[in-house]
Amino acid sequence: MSESDVAMTESTWSGGALPYAISSKKLGMWLFIVADSITFGAMLVAYAYLRVASPDWPIPFKFNPSIINATVMTFVLLSSSITMVAAVQAAKEGRVRACVGWMAATMFGGVLFDILHIREWLGLIHEGVRLFQNPWGSPLFGASFFSLTGLHMTHVTLGVIYLAVVAIGFGRKKFSADDVEISGLYWHFVDLVWMFIFPLVYLISARLR
Amino acid sequence: MSSVAVHAHASAGMSWFMKVWGCLLVLTGAEVFLTYEELRLEVMLFLLMAISIVKAALIIAYFMHLRYEKRSLFLTLIPALVFVLVMMVVMFPDSFRIQTMRLISN
Repeated sequence: MSESDVAMTESTWSGGALPYAISSKKLGMWLFIVADSITFGAMLVAYAYLRVASPDWPIPFKFNPSIINATVMTFVLLSSSITMVAAVQAAKEGRVRACVGWMAATMFGGVLFDILHIREWLGLIHEGVRLFQNPWGSPLFGASFFSLTGLHMTHVTLGVIYLAVVAIGFGRKKFSADDVEISGLYWHFVDLVWMFIFPLVYLISARLR
Repeated sequence: MSSVAVHAHASAGMSWFMKVWGCLLVLTGAEVFLTYEELRLEVMLFLLMAISIVKAALIIAYFMHLRYEKRSLFLTLIPALVFVLVMMVVMFPDSFRIQTMRLISN
């Protein structure tokens, strides 16, 4: 009888070692996700605040290429989430090779997202957008855009590294299916954050003509 | 395999997750479509945020399996998070105040 089996026989709050009947690692990841949501929430609110307070906020995103690019990025990230779901399913069913393959596909999605994002950044920098200046209006546009999307890009990049470590560990039987699922939680969270950045940063700043 | 893993098995199959993924893609398409409908900014912001919250809920419930965990986990994590995020919006009137002050000083 493993430690977790013993814990399961106790009721959750009467000394059971696994509150909510999930592993402590998974609970830890959930708590991290809640904390990180607040970080992103604060940044999005700060961005929205600055935007409302600035009468000359630039709306630089043309349909082609910016909105198309951001929509493709959204598609790539959502698709990398479904491959991660497939990886978790495979891990639970003990199909190690399939799981590692799906995780590789997820990492490919993450890398592709980063490439598209960096290409877009370089385009904006080429147009003259800097952290504290741009050719169109409020200088805070660059500060909020680069810090918000930069923090998200950092999460994607770290996520790819995290997934690689877990995939290699799971392939070598060092990590369990639970570890794969926990890395999946993080990956889906990164996807979830983009679901707010995409409309609030890109769609609201689309130049209609 | 510990009983933790057994518990997590009470979840949907891959075909159901594919449907959720399809829903997310359709909602994303709807958001892009709405962007070019020349709605009033407040209306568009409301619609985009509403769709985004639905998308976030789908991701949390199905991809992150929260629907298949014990309800106590949901009750511990989500209401407090939503409360904190909503409380951040409390300072918004101040950004309108800055707009007005700028207009007056000009």
